[in-house]
Amino acid sequence: MGILLDLFLTFAKVGLFTFGGGYAMIALIENACVERKAWITHDEMMDVTVIAESTPGPIAINCATYVGYKQKGFAGALVATLGMVLPSFLVIFLISMFLDNFLDIRWVAHAFQGIRIAVGILILDAAIRMIRKMHKRLVPRIIMVCSAVAMFLIDIFALRFSSIALMLVAAAVSLCIFMIKGNPAREGKAK
Amino acid sequence: MIYLELLFGFLKVGFFAFGGAYGAIPLIRDVVLSYGWIGDEMLTYMIAVSESTPGPIMVNLATYVGSSQAGLPGALIATAAVVLPSFIIILVIMVLLKRILKNPWVQAVLRGLKPCIIGIILATGVYMILNHCFLNLNDFSVDITATLMTAGLSLVYFGSRKVLKNGISPIALIGLSAVAGIAVYGL
Repeated sequence: MGILLDLFLTFAKVGLFTFGGGYAMIALIENACVERKAWITHDEMMDVTVIAESTPGPIAINCATYVGYKQKGFAGALVATLGMVLPSFLVIFLISMFLDNFLDIRWVAHAFQGIRIAVGILILDAAIRMIRKMHKRLVPRIIMVCSAVAMFLIDIFALRFSSIALMLVAAAVSLCIFMIKGNPAREGKAK
Repeated sequence: MIYLELLFGFLKVGFFAFGGAYGAIPLIRDVVLSYGWIGDEMLTYMIAVSESTPGPIMVNLATYVGSSQAGLPGALIATAAVVLPSFIIILVIMVLLKRILKNPWVQAVLRGLKPCIIGIILATGVYMILNHCFLNLNDFSVDITATLMTAGLSLVYFGSRKVLKNGISPIALIGLSAVAGIAVYGL
């Protein structure tokens, strides 16, 4: 099978089964692109996630463009992104044309009650994988725990403090440490 | 002209929507309502549909609004417009990537961002699960059905890794959970 067709079909499958926003999709893309196809490594997946979170637009689109470009340049990026978008485009287009009361259909509502539970599990799974492969140094761990606790409190109390603000704080802290102590990776090698 | 309005409106959404769809909903609301395409109530319904159908929420919403305003061409234009900014930004980053990522200052920023994003994802997952299992997080009243389903699905998903080589795939879990939802809540 040609790589372009493979990219298209793989991302169409991810697009068709991604519910509930970008974080759940990380588990699907990791499963498809890292474990099954070996198109990118786990570290690259982490890089894409960081880039996707720090740039505008849907995370899914960012990931598809990245993986597609890496495999087959511009054509690959285009095909992977089209694959990602096409299933949901068709589903929504059909709903908007023919179904005025989509959310009132009982079995759809019931299926979605089940799916949202799976979405929570998939997001937790993505987080656990990332934590396992994280640098085992003190500073990243502290940043991780602090931002997890902060984000949890933001969610529970519906605070008006976005995840982007949280990321800016983490980046600023990391920059300060860099300016004071230099590059930890280089120090590690020197020892 | 409606096509141009859709194009510019959703280019704006695609270009300024940071932090995933949930972070972007205020911006989307602002854009959609300011053009007067649809009312607040209809928009809330469209967001709910976009959340319960597959695919990125932002893309779904663009398709929905575009289609409702100008049929198939409207849907195509709005969807392309919302996707285009991130597509181009990632391409630009990819072309410059190696040089950018090697810069020590960029590396310092990434060292802070990575654990922070992991923390955010962890908190989101934990919060979503707790939010489903408790009917109300303030007085700890437990939704027994949802808790049992969470336990069952987790057991199947994580437990299958002990039995099968890679465990069941996330897609299989989504399918299974939909069937379980229909069976548990529908019957």
